[in-house]
Amino acid sequence: MMDRIPILRMGQFLLVTIQVDMHDRLALALQDDLTTKISETGATGVLIDISSLEIVDSFIGRMVANISAMSKILDAQTVIVGMQPAVAITLVELGLSLPGVRTALDVERGMALLQNPRVNMTSYAQAGDEENFDDSDNQN
Amino acid sequence: MNNDLKARIASLLEEQQEMLLSEWAQELQAQGRQQGAISDKDLKQQCKEFLTLFRDAVQGEEGGKGENLRNMLGNLARSRAENGFTPTETATFVFSFKKPLYTVLHKEFSKDSNTLIEVIWGVNQSLDRLGLYTTEVTQSAREEVIRRQQQDMLELSTPVVSLAEGILALPLIGTLDSARTQVVMESLLQTIVTTGSTVAIIDITGVPTVDTLVAQHLLKTVTAARLMGADCIISGIRPQIAQTIVHLGVELGNVITKATLASAFKIALDMQGMKISRVAPVGAMTSKA
Repeated sequence: MMDRIPILRMGQFLLVTIQVDMHDRLALALQDDLTTKISETGATGVLIDISSLEIVDSFIGRMVANISAMSKILDAQTVIVGMQPAVAITLVELGLSLPGVRTALDVERGMALLQNPRVNMTSYAQAGDEENFDDSDNQN
Repeated sequence: MNNDLKARIASLLEEQQEMLLSEWAQELQAQGRQQGAISDKDLKQQCKEFLTLFRDAVQGEEGGKGENLRNMLGNLARSRAENGFTPTETATFVFSFKKPLYTVLHKEFSKDSNTLIEVIWGVNQSLDRLGLYTTEVTQSAREEVIRRQQQDMLELSTPVVSLAEGILALPLIGTLDSARTQVVMESLLQTIVTTGSTVAIIDITGVPTVDTLVAQHLLKTVTAARLMGADCIISGIRPQIAQTIVHLGVELGNVITKATLASAFKIALDMQGMKISRVAPVGAMTSKA
């Protein structure tokens, strides 16, 4: 009997906490389970906590990206939370920048992100250009 | 050289010690002023020590020959390198010993020119080796200093500072190479974890040039921070750098870039839902003081 990663339901969201070292078959099983669960429950968001994941290779990195992409197709926002610095550096060095995957520092912030999807980053960049410190003071 | 000859040279060195030392001192003075500072007393002390050890080395067996002499010269070269002597000056210390020594040898062996040539050749060889050895030590001492400073620079030049709750700044100074990027990335990511910050401002005002490699390193850092759930803003982009980036065709992707740290900070505050406001009119606070 193979280990499986538990998928918990929290209201509209699914919570996946990876607390063991990911190996390839486990990742494939998670991919199966999660997609099934999303379509069963009609969840709108998936939160994957990888704070205990300390070793990552290109396959696992790609699986994480795939799982997020699949969830997105099933209309569920995916947020990856709690990535370790070493894991982040490894993924970048492997050339896996996981575009399109949303990330957060911890579960709490990830949940907040799912509940009220953040304004797009670029809108901040544009908004900031229009006003300076003095303008905002005058509004007070 | 056979052992008899060696013993003869050794005893000669012993007999003529005073004469050798005074002529050597004159010779050293004749070399003119040196850049490095060393007192006459220390110099005399060093000459005497060298002569004693040189004699021991000439007398000694083949096996442990010159160990002490080499150690002494090594220490001497190292201390001179730290005091600003040039390698030439340090080597000259050894080479200038040749003239007085040859004078003495010439007097002693003048009747037998074959032996004289053999002796002078042998002595010449060992003195040359010793002189070159001091140069080698001087060089390695300097290289050690350079290595240490490089290490210091790596550690000192990558501070991660906290600007406000949840906002970090990373003022980069100097050129970004792979090794530095690694250190910068690690310290930034570690600080993101420990402080729980969600915005990091990378300020490149102090980065002299941005080429494709530097840009790639910057993007790597930004991507790694994003993977952890922190947004990055690149600030301090000077006009020339903006031009270079476009000319090189570097794609900064959807990274937010700002001209100054101040405007980047403003955006960062926006993201955190904070704002800076003036509590008194301009100049009111300074006129009170």
